[in-house]
Amino acid sequence: MIKGEIVLGCLAPHPPHLVYADNPDENEPTSEGGWETLRWGYARLARKLKTIEYDAIVILTPHWQTYIGTHFLGCDSFKSLSVDPIFPNLFRYHYNLKVDVELSEKMCEIAGEAGIITKMMRNPDFRVDYGTITSCHLLNPDWDKPIVTVSSNRNRHYYSVEVMNEQAQALGDACRKAIEESGKRVVLIASHSLSHRHFTTEAPLPEDMSREHIYNHSQYVWDMKVIDLMREGKMQEFIDLMPEFTEQTMAETEGGGLTWMMAAMGMPNYPAEIYGYQSVIGTGNVVACWDPDEETREMVL
Amino acid sequence: MSDDPVLFGLYVPPHPHPLLAPDQNKGWGELRAAYDECRRRIEESDADVIIVYSTTWPSIVGHQFQVQPEPEWVHVDDDFHFLGSMPYKFKMDTEFGNAYRDAAESRGLHSRTVSYHGFPIDTGSVVALSLLNPDNRIPACIVSSNMYANRAETIVLGKAARDALKAQGKKAVIVAVSSLSNRMFTKHVEPENDRIHSAKDEEWNRKILEFFEKGRLEDLSQLSRDIHGQIRVQKVVAYKPAWWMAATMGQHNNYDGEVLAYAALHGSGGAVIQLTPSKGSVGDKEFDEDDVEIYRGDRNVLTTGTGDMQASGGVDGPLDEAERPTEEDWDWKNPLEYAEDLYDEYGSTVVSHASGALGVAAGTVIAGPVGGLAGGIVARKKVSKMLNKDGAIIAENAPKAVGAYPHARRVGKLLFISGVGPRNPTDNTIPGGPIEDDKGNPLDYDIEAQTEACIENIRIIMEACDAELDDIIDITTFLVDMKRDFKGYNKVYAKHFEEIQATRTTLAIQALPTPIAVEMKVIAKAP
Ligand SMILES: [Fe+2]
Repeated sequence: MIKGEIVLGCLAPHPPHLVYADNPDENEPTSEGGWETLRWGYARLARKLKTIEYDAIVILTPHWQTYIGTHFLGCDSFKSLSVDPIFPNLFRYHYNLKVDVELSEKMCEIAGEAGIITKMMRNPDFRVDYGTITSCHLLNPDWDKPIVTVSSNRNRHYYSVEVMNEQAQALGDACRKAIEESGKRVVLIASHSLSHRHFTTEAPLPEDMSREHIYNHSQYVWDMKVIDLMREGKMQEFIDLMPEFTEQTMAETEGGGLTWMMAAMGMPNYPAEIYGYQSVIGTGNVVACWDPDEETREMVL
Repeated sequence: MSDDPVLFGLYVPPHPHPLLAPDQNKGWGELRAAYDECRRRIEESDADVIIVYSTTWPSIVGHQFQVQPEPEWVHVDDDFHFLGSMPYKFKMDTEFGNAYRDAAESRGLHSRTVSYHGFPIDTGSVVALSLLNPDNRIPACIVSSNMYANRAETIVLGKAARDALKAQGKKAVIVAVSSLSNRMFTKHVEPENDRIHSAKDEEWNRKILEFFEKGRLEDLSQLSRDIHGQIRVQKVVAYKPAWWMAATMGQHNNYDGEVLAYAALHGSGGAVIQLTPSKGSVGDKEFDEDDVEIYRGDRNVLTTGTGDMQASGGVDGPLDEAERPTEEDWDWKNPLEYAEDLYDEYGSTVVSHASGALGVAAGTVIAGPVGGLAGGIVARKKVSKMLNKDGAIIAENAPKAVGAYPHARRVGKLLFISGVGPRNPTDNTIPGGPIEDDKGNPLDYDIEAQTEACIENIRIIMEACDAELDDIIDITTFLVDMKRDFKGYNKVYAKHFEEIQATRTTLAIQALPTPIAVEMKVIAKAP
């Protein structure tokens, strides 16, 4: 059997604002646009994705939060309406997606063998989280590939970001092994922003870009620091720095997404492709990807 | 009966086990039986509305109130999906929900209603309403638990519920949905092996139950911070349902308390408790914390160390969207706080420039990180340049001060100029002559010349502040002889200020520190 591989890893933030600004048919609210820098970056990365042959997307999201281990989507398909609990005014998205259950089960099984607490999610009424929907919509608006959502374990709330970072790496190693054994070509997505301090009031017109800016300069400096590490191919250094970054910027990296993806990809030492950086309600967001193939890897920004 | 708008209060657990799996564990079954008993008591009551404060509905943009008339969905819990689905169709009292929102707003809380098909109603609310009001005999209202809200906001939120009830003449049963200790097991546990996570959690839960049983709700409210420190998952939560419950029920200790059930829910403490207002009391306590009527805090500020996102375990909904700051984060501030600090220290012109510059530095960075960093550096330089102009100002060309004070001081958008007389800046002589000689003998003097010189000195000082007479907004004039000098002073005054139209106050005073007849003090707009 052919050995499976990870063909691309994407850091894909999921502010519902981006889908709202995009005005797809699937989303009920409509907008006058907004956050173009990120959306243009996303569009460009989505075009790159179209040029890559792959079988499935595996996404780790901080908005499916589980306290009892890591859970994996385990039904063939999900069709429903995703409503953001914080911004229901922006995001009411009708989704209809397929799941690669075989791959999901494989990851669940191998992670379990590695000592990670796992569970398959088999309830057909389950609502897929809006992080998954947003990142997947922006990277693959055609929804023509099956996905697997991996929950983010909340051990961080009981232990520490250091423990979270360790566990996410173990999970990444296990997922790589499962993907290799599956024989499939897989795109990974870490679905989250960078700095995550945000404003707690909303502009009357949410897409009013004159109101949008980073929460504070410190957050910005942190974001630029870690983006530099990405550009320089120093992902081990970033992952080592992750607990501090997470604490200082209240980052969604606490869910383990990027750590998991980097571990699965063997801690890339080549430059990431940076597609755009912009704030959304004060949070710092970067669209980036890691392309293991030197032939197709490019310097975007 | 009393005219209290709250008939009784319930404290119930958010976990789905009593709803979906009461037969799998004895304790879960007992919690279910207690839930059922409460349902009967509600049915027998005269309640017009059930108000649910759910700790598993975290909001970040103020507090949210569910006002969709008949929300309907099939809910599945993020962790306990294997226990089954929770189909529901509730009936909301939209009239009351809107009134509650208005009441919260008038008490200074940022509030909004939500009414969207498919809005994800949280596990705690679904469990509580499904068990307490299965036939929707009484309409309900669900209010969120703001992640960043601390005691003041939560108390005020409770009081707003009373306001709304009184305004509408309604009677309510109120329901706080929360666990006691909220540490769950992080691995799978067979139902029969469920127990409270630790002995310490068990001891604290027992203490809390004792307070409830004695009707000491206000005491519990006062103890919230200690409870949080002892048995709540630190990273995620402060314990605030007692704040809301106590405030909603009138802030006292006069209740009949009854613990109907207490059991472990995957390690956390679940209890069904009823509190009914009564005449009997354990007496008033000396409460440590101040009461609060109106919330005046800045809703856009993440108060360090006080955010208290509720999370009673794995059923607490999307939490990370607004994780509260950790203690290590205390030195971080949001732009508003940052701006306020600058304001306090340096004045607001700097602030507006600084925040503008920061906006440039931190906003849309199409050129990528390099452009952004350059913007940051520009911002810092701009700020420091602006700062140099602020604070106390000594005007080299103005007459020397006769005490330890500057000629002017800039604060915020304003310039405050010290009282200034007519002395000549170069030789200290008094144009128009002094009002008395060295021995105190009165001399004739020219008030018009003194007034003219006085205004010239103000102009010199304002020039040193990059401002001009036109910027003056308020003038206070001191005359040592109102009868003699007012007319002359008023004439010169009109020459300079008729068009500027500053506000003015003229006072007669006994003396000035030097032999002058007039001194003027002004407040002006800063440049
Ligand atoms: Fe998020």
